[in-house]
Amino acid sequence: MRLQYPTNIKIIQLPCSGRVDILHMLKSFEDGADGVYVAGCMEGDCHFLTGNFKARRKVNYLKGVLAALGIEPERVEMFNMSSAEGPRFAQVAREFTAKIKELGPSPVKKAKAA
Amino acid sequence: MIVGDSKPLEEILEMIQGKEKVLVLGCRGCVTVCNVGGEKEVGILATMLRIARKKAGLAPTVDERTIERQCDPEYIEELAEVAEGYDAIISIACGVGPQFMSERYPKVPVYPGINTTFIGGALEHGVWSERCQSCGNCLVHNFGGLCPIARCSKSIMNGPCGGSANKKCEISPDVDCIWHLIVEKMAGMGRLKELERVWPVKNWITSRDGGPRKRVREDLKQ
Repeated sequence: MRLQYPTNIKIIQLPCSGRVDILHMLKSFEDGADGVYVAGCMEGDCHFLTGNFKARRKVNYLKGVLAALGIEPERVEMFNMSSAEGPRFAQVAREFTAKIKELGPSPVKKAKAA
Repeated sequence: MIVGDSKPLEEILEMIQGKEKVLVLGCRGCVTVCNVGGEKEVGILATMLRIARKKAGLAPTVDERTIERQCDPEYIEELAEVAEGYDAIISIACGVGPQFMSERYPKVPVYPGINTTFIGGALEHGVWSERCQSCGNCLVHNFGGLCPIARCSKSIMNGPCGGSANKKCEISPDVDCIWHLIVEKMAGMGRLKELERVWPVKNWITSRDGGPRKRVREDLKQ
């Protein structure tokens, strides 16, 4: 499977989506990322039982933080997919990139450029 | 431990408005254990503030530091060389931290980044419950190890009151009636008769009603 997905996505590998930390996501925004998404396993399929549910809760918490900072909460999302779903990985990558492009550059970066 | 809640980000941003150089100061004591004021939370709050400043086109000078305890002068002293170089210090320790900091460094405005809420313990990860009101005269052994001062909404010594229904307190279905639990526990221990003791009005002088408290240990004092 030689699947294409946008080159602007930087993948940070973690042993489980439950390892995702608020700081990982916040630092990405601080350093100028326009959007961040977490790709976790299918709900109910977590090898560590609840890692992907924990990741979703952290993503939802971060949405509140972004809103308080005046940044669109849609810039952070959680997606579930199995490791056997390469085409879905590529599809989510394309869809999320399109959504972020629609939102435009991160307001953090815009201020810096101005 | 002393339990606290983070203040809303908007409130903190308002506090430091116009302050150029900011320090977020954590504490490795109670607030680290209740996940509100330790090194990790210092990182999160400082990052949020830096993002807010970058977004507003301001210099994002928000430094991070966490000391062993903010309720002991020797650790506060560690900041002697840097504290006065800041335009604002946000202490995310309990209410003692910002006070000790501003007493030692009177030239720097110190702001509280958390609201100190109660003395309690963790029921599970992420859930804390009030257990002590520091009334200054512990009597829990008379009530099966359950404190009617901290855990009864009315702090009554001779309960339960008429507001107890289905094991819950009338103030909320989420609040246990501690007197229901006390009676059940004492009955289970075969000590129900002890609850026939009528307690006179509690002397609150040992609590906050006696004014701010101070403790001097002559054996330790230097």
